[in-house]
Amino acid sequence: MKFFEDIRVGEISELGRHTFTAEDIKAFAARFDPQPFHLDEAQAARSHFGALCASGWHTACVWIRLLIRYRRREDEELRGRGEPVAQMGPSPGFRDLEWLRPVYAGDTVSYATEVVETRPLNSRPAWGIIFVRNTGVNQRGEPVISFVSSMFVERRDKGQEPA
Amino acid sequence: MPRLHWEDFAPGQVTACGSRLVTRAEIVAFAAEYDPQPMHLDEQAARATLLGGLVASGWHSCCLLMRMLSDSLLGEASFMGAPGIEEVKWLAPVRPGERIEARATVLETRPSRSRPDMGFVKFRFELVGASGQPVMSLITSPMFARRPTDAAQAAQPARGGS
Repeated sequence: MKFFEDIRVGEISELGRHTFTAEDIKAFAARFDPQPFHLDEAQAARSHFGALCASGWHTACVWIRLLIRYRRREDEELRGRGEPVAQMGPSPGFRDLEWLRPVYAGDTVSYATEVVETRPLNSRPAWGIIFVRNTGVNQRGEPVISFVSSMFVERRDKGQEPA
Repeated sequence: MPRLHWEDFAPGQVTACGSRLVTRAEIVAFAAEYDPQPMHLDEQAARATLLGGLVASGWHSCCLLMRMLSDSLLGEASFMGAPGIEEVKWLAPVRPGERIEARATVLETRPSRSRPDMGFVKFRFELVGASGQPVMSLITSPMFARRPTDAAQAAQPARGGS
């Protein structure tokens, strides 16, 4: 990805979209979130969701998959231009995650990420931290997920710039 | 009929929610599918990263916690899903072969204003690693159905003086 110094608040990246099939929804739920409304059409129809819908964790995990793919494409473009590529570090976590609407079988969710804050790290001068607002919108234009996550990003100057 | 309803939760309750071993194979399999970063995929490549070795994806930890809770506390309760997650902190890496324990602490409970048949319970869920320290903490307020008799009473219009 780009170096910390090159990342601007307000930048929006379209990450791509994913269609949630009934098979995928059930397979994910069977592994990690075995609730009746994620596993079985008939039981889901009787639940407060009204129809089979994806685990919220599934909706979130597809976001990280599309983000990593996006960063890879970005890295290839940077290398193609002969520019150096920054390391994406670990994430300390996320906050304010809202599952705004159920993601039903057959729904297609488009994901985007917007930079909301960048901060150099005093404790680790080779790294900065960025905060991004991540969103997913279904094929009807309705938001289904929103959260703010943070991640460490390598600095170009490694904290060596004069004070 | 679930054993636990909204009424059964009270602030301060701490519940052990099981433990499990996290294998290298499942760390790599999850990463290959959802979070294919070098630090989650390959020991050699992971050594060059900030965490200095192979670690589980934080999203994998969330999913494992969800599964452990489904197999314990939430599976025994009238769990109706959660509208979101207030905060997740990935405090320390989870390494291959590490045993993790899940723990639930009730922070507060509140009835639903719009739905008399359910209420919210705010939890701090934690995964505790081999060191005995939390490796992840997660704060969320899932929904639980109320006990049928209590739900019927809550649905009655309030009457003064009775």
